[in-house]
Amino acid sequence: MSEESKPLGGEILTKPFLFFAGLFGFSLLLILYRYIAGIGAVSNLSDGYPWGLWIAYDVVAGTAIACGGYAMALLVYVMNKGQYHALVRPALLASMFGYTLAGASIMVDIGRYWNAPNLFTPWYANPNSIMFEVAFCVSTYIFILWIEFAPAFLEGISKYKEHLPSFVRNWNVEGLRKTLNKWLFVFIAIGVLLPTMHQSSLGTLMVIAGWKLTPLWQTPFLPLLFLISAITMGYAIVIFESIYASTGFKRPLETPLLSNLSGIMPWLIGLYLVLRVLDVFLRGVIGAAFKFNLYSLMFWIENGLYVTAIVFLLPRESRSSSRKLFLGAFFMLLAGTVYRFDAFMISFNPGDNWSYFPSFAETVITLGMISFELMAYLYIVKKFPVLPAAEHA
Amino acid sequence: MEIKRRDFLKVAAAGGLTVASNAHPALAREAKGRIKDAVGFLYDSTVCTGCKACVSACKQNNDLPQSSSTPQDPLWDNPLDTDSRTYNIIKLYKDGTGAVKDREKDGHAYIKRQCMHCVDPSCVSACPVSALQKDPKTGIVTYNKSACIGCRYCQLACPFNIPKFEFDKTFPQIRKCQLCDHRIPKGDFAACAQYCPTGATVYGRVEDLLAEAKKRLAYKPGTWQVYPVERLGGPVTTEREVTPYIQKIYGEKDGGGTQNLILAGVPFEKLGLPKLDERPDAQRSETIQHTIYKGMIAPIALLGGLLYVVHKSTKDHK
Repeated sequence: MSEESKPLGGEILTKPFLFFAGLFGFSLLLILYRYIAGIGAVSNLSDGYPWGLWIAYDVVAGTAIACGGYAMALLVYVMNKGQYHALVRPALLASMFGYTLAGASIMVDIGRYWNAPNLFTPWYANPNSIMFEVAFCVSTYIFILWIEFAPAFLEGISKYKEHLPSFVRNWNVEGLRKTLNKWLFVFIAIGVLLPTMHQSSLGTLMVIAGWKLTPLWQTPFLPLLFLISAITMGYAIVIFESIYASTGFKRPLETPLLSNLSGIMPWLIGLYLVLRVLDVFLRGVIGAAFKFNLYSLMFWIENGLYVTAIVFLLPRESRSSSRKLFLGAFFMLLAGTVYRFDAFMISFNPGDNWSYFPSFAETVITLGMISFELMAYLYIVKKFPVLPAAEHA
Repeated sequence: MEIKRRDFLKVAAAGGLTVASNAHPALAREAKGRIKDAVGFLYDSTVCTGCKACVSACKQNNDLPQSSSTPQDPLWDNPLDTDSRTYNIIKLYKDGTGAVKDREKDGHAYIKRQCMHCVDPSCVSACPVSALQKDPKTGIVTYNKSACIGCRYCQLACPFNIPKFEFDKTFPQIRKCQLCDHRIPKGDFAACAQYCPTGATVYGRVEDLLAEAKKRLAYKPGTWQVYPVERLGGPVTTEREVTPYIQKIYGEKDGGGTQNLILAGVPFEKLGLPKLDERPDAQRSETIQHTIYKGMIAPIALLGGLLYVVHKSTKDHK
């Protein structure tokens, strides 16, 4: 397995890296201010809009964008498509950071963070709560992702032993790696189960919002729509990231592998759209899509983006063009993200003249989180065997 | 190699197995029923004079600081809505000239807003750490700050937008009416009812309150009737001329029912009360959840299958 992936090497402190570091530093100051002066001091969150950008982007969209590891595990380990193995590690890396940062964002967002351990305390835990299920599954999955990615760290450590401090050199890294590889299938299996559970439950979260979520989005099918779109976004991010990394790091493109992989996406998007449209018809709320307001506009934009993704990904010849693949993946990611913004923020209306638009500081905190994710990604692909070795491509 | 449709279906089966069964009503969670000795109050908008004695009594008895809507003079306690310092508020409905009380057109009316103490509360279902609970005897929906993680899902879930959060505090809490449950052991009851001088808010067992509300709906407008003050069956009563009612008790069935009940002379939507299904949202949400996770059977079965398949695949790849 280890010959498949290689560290990229090269300079760490590049210009983009320093830019991200600056943004991240700024966001840390704002986060510090939030812990001193309260959530209201940095955000536009209110009693009417208790959830905003941090939940909609960092957690709900962010973890869906981080579904690459999950989607690839489904393909490689559940459907036994070994040929995609080289794509698993970079996907896992992005998932690991996406989910970890979602976890970190939650700790910024929740007001009584010191009580967070109550989620794991049997006499406090409420199994009827969708939030409990999501919180429990997401935090467990973060842990699982780090274990799933651990072989890359261990390989990195055993290869570059001589550069490492002596206490690390004395570890029996090789032994640990062998034991882990033997039991890794257990973590992979749990790593497929957990996102299946919480990516659907993220949709279920909004069911209890009742009338406050406008009818075009409020449906008992929320969990299924969230699950299907999360898996599709998982494949999209793998393709997007692979092409982006190839161009950015001036490596050969993995187009044939990616175009095969993308073959699954039009089917998934098609299934999603059929469900989405049928649901809106069967609940008799299709009329709302033809009222000239923000909701109908968002409904068309959102589903238009899904259709755009299908247009790029359905024709076989278009899938063999890396540019079209890239665009198809991009539109899919955008579609899934807009759907999540709609379901959690834009089509949520608590009435009573409440309104919400993320504040500057709130936005910087989110951008800082993304910056950290990108910095960590850049560092790790350069130092650890993550990206496919070039000769395999 | 092109991915075949069959393979895609396999993914859908593995991924969607647990969720696809949503439509199955077999495990539907029943809506919760009324607790026999549940307590609450009946607020009669036609009796209310808008004096706000209930607002200040609530603040005094719950040690709440003033909440000002006039930044130029922040010492005034004049909130416009419930907030983290105001559990209970009287709001005004006004149309046109506002001349006649309890008339929809060119009239005005008062409405009291606070926690409705739902029979099947969304907030209790939503709270991941059981910080919000329904008292099994009184049915009062209580808040426990030492459990709360501050996720604000209760706020998102509440159809009445009642739980309020201290966005301005370093160590914030959720704040809401707990029907003065700290006063009950002393033989007192909800301060808003106990200090209401007009009888607009009367405290009592929900069963009795429902009977009282039904009695009032049957009164003929223009007749003089005896209205209890402070609490049902208490020593204080008042006599007043009945004005027309909307023939509905808000909270009898709305959202699965509430323990605080409302009577009014103008339509409830005009007073800002949401139009709710008789089926509580908590039931909707938990039915989905229970269908998928009952006894953790589906997830465990799925995990078993996954362990087998993944183990086989990892061996193949070596």
